[in-house]
Amino acid sequence: MKPFDILHATACALPLASVDTDRIIPARFLKRSRAEGYGPCLFHDMRLDENGEKRPDFPLNRPEAQGAEILVARRNFGAGSSREAAVYALMDSGFRCVIAPSFGDIFAANSVNNGLLPAKVSESDAEEMLALLESGHPSATVDLKDGLIRIGNRSFAFTIDPIWRTKLLNGWDDLDLTTSLTHEVTEFETEDATARPWLTLG
Amino acid sequence: MTEPRTLFDKIWDAHVVTRREDGSELLFIDRHLVHEGSFLAFDKLKEKRAKVRRPDLTVGVADHYVPTRNRDSNAIAPELARMIRQLDENCRSNGIRLFGLTDPRQGIVHVIGPEQGLTLPGLTLVCGDSHTSTHGAFGTLAFGIGASEVAHVLLTQCLWQKKPKKMRVTVDGALPPGTSAKDIALSMIARIGADGAQGHAIEYAGSAVRALSMEGRLTLCNLSIESGARCGMVAPDETTFAYVEGRPFAPKDGLLEQALAHWRQLTSDADAAFDREITLRGAEIAPTVTWGISPEDALPVNASVPDPNAVADPSRASHIREALAYMGLDPGQPIETIAIDRVFIGSCTNSRIEDLRSAAGILAGRQAKIPGLVSPGSHLVKQQAEQEGLDRIFLAAGLEWVDSGCSMCVGMNGDIASPGQRCASTTNRNFKGRQGPGARTHLMSPAMAAAAAVTGRITDMRELLREQAR
Ligand code: SF4
Repeated sequence: MKPFDILHATACALPLASVDTDRIIPARFLKRSRAEGYGPCLFHDMRLDENGEKRPDFPLNRPEAQGAEILVARRNFGAGSSREAAVYALMDSGFRCVIAPSFGDIFAANSVNNGLLPAKVSESDAEEMLALLESGHPSATVDLKDGLIRIGNRSFAFTIDPIWRTKLLNGWDDLDLTTSLTHEVTEFETEDATARPWLTLG
Repeated sequence: MTEPRTLFDKIWDAHVVTRREDGSELLFIDRHLVHEGSFLAFDKLKEKRAKVRRPDLTVGVADHYVPTRNRDSNAIAPELARMIRQLDENCRSNGIRLFGLTDPRQGIVHVIGPEQGLTLPGLTLVCGDSHTSTHGAFGTLAFGIGASEVAHVLLTQCLWQKKPKKMRVTVDGALPPGTSAKDIALSMIARIGADGAQGHAIEYAGSAVRALSMEGRLTLCNLSIESGARCGMVAPDETTFAYVEGRPFAPKDGLLEQALAHWRQLTSDADAAFDREITLRGAEIAPTVTWGISPEDALPVNASVPDPNAVADPSRASHIREALAYMGLDPGQPIETIAIDRVFIGSCTNSRIEDLRSAAGILAGRQAKIPGLVSPGSHLVKQQAEQEGLDRIFLAAGLEWVDSGCSMCVGMNGDIASPGQRCASTTNRNFKGRQGPGARTHLMSPAMAAAAAVTGRITDMRELLREQAR
């Protein structure tokens, strides 16, 4: 996984609350394989109308949002279904960071597992950032080491669980670490088989 | 003296394999359920040329893409057949036990786990599905995970987790007649918000929770995720043990005795600390329905849709406006005046036998004014319902009685509502487009959905109960 350090990029305001993962990627696109890519599915039914035409008023369709790598939204972003494809769709469209007052827990974990930063800010800071982005400051700098977001000459603190911060900063993959711990897992299994013999499914 | 611990702490502590310096802990996973959607994780495994570490603790279930109307192999749409076949192949090549499309025990993953005795108190259980919280009804530490984590569990039978905070939701007193676990859950979510329990593991307690059957507890824990919680649990008791005993995969005889002795310890110590506590009064719970596009947009059936102009918080007001526009509702409109186009009774939230009985109780001797689909949670639930004659009640009322699967909860198998259609649904999510592009969902209990079918609008089912009593 690519380590996350400082990101300076175009930022897009999505002034909506409770943008669930069903909206980030509707269920009918979940049959795709990872290799096919999920970029075209991102916010599909919000972005395009029934005829497949771009809705001009959807924030991601605006010219100034093109190439955005940072998304700012209202509370409860990524609620709902555990579909990791929501994160794939964001990343395949170029996003590296989502800023919001709160995130669905599973979405946030999925994000960190793929190197996408879920940065938590206060509700009032989110509102101020949304206003700033919409008033002609369409870019932001996100510094994971300092825990700061800068837009124009304003700067905002964000929080992220320290465990996740370390993981993102180092680009760690849990799997590599765990496979080096096979011995410990085997030991646990052996002890457990005596302590809870009813566990097996035969 | 050891420190007092919660139910959650006890199960968590018993599963820690090791701890790393950043504070996250490697948990051993006792049960791993996979479904058609888990193919992304299996693909990762193939990429690494790796094997499943504990196929014996992994169970496959076909539910998300299965057809509910015609299971004839020639009739299944090719893209659905491909998803189902993919799961078959992934399970077969890894030696994983599978409840596939044609298995007589097939059903929704969160229904058949408990039904088959795969779900037991004190276990850790994960699945690549957010409603895995359902299994917490047994005093099981059960939570949903994403594809990367599914791959991690397949490979290592473990998962790195940071310990969530603990929250206790106490519901005391008796529920009024006609209300159920669904109404408790929707009332709670309306009160704390769809992100109110984020980062927390909920334990449900109190006399109203104790009085719930296993079916009711499953519904309650199922909806924990809609409050943002990591998981929801109920401490196991005699109701739990009676349900577990005799299930196909539950321990038997001596092993059961041993397990019971262990399970009886699984309660929160009297003075264990919770990070947060909330209390609901059972007597104040009313039949509750959602009017908006998030499960937190829920109100008692006799209330009116909110008016965004009367809401001070700009973010909330804008959410209400967005919701009313999508749902085609007027500010201040009484909820009972909302006309319904179709009904869906099913999903891992409300498709167990008790749910079907409660819907049938309202529908018996009545006609549905609108079309609707009843999809039992498993093939075995379907059989039992047919033995009890419930299918005949649904059919006589004019509803469709179909096979088991996720169906209209998520529409992946093609069971969807059309754009603009308004569906009274016993499911768990009223998100925009969840039941099909442009479809409008109102969440409610099975009895309330049945009442909506009878009148063609959202209806306080207690009126129909009173009519029956006359
Ligand atoms: S019934 Fe709905 S919520 Fe439950 S597992 Fe299926 S899709 Fe998910």
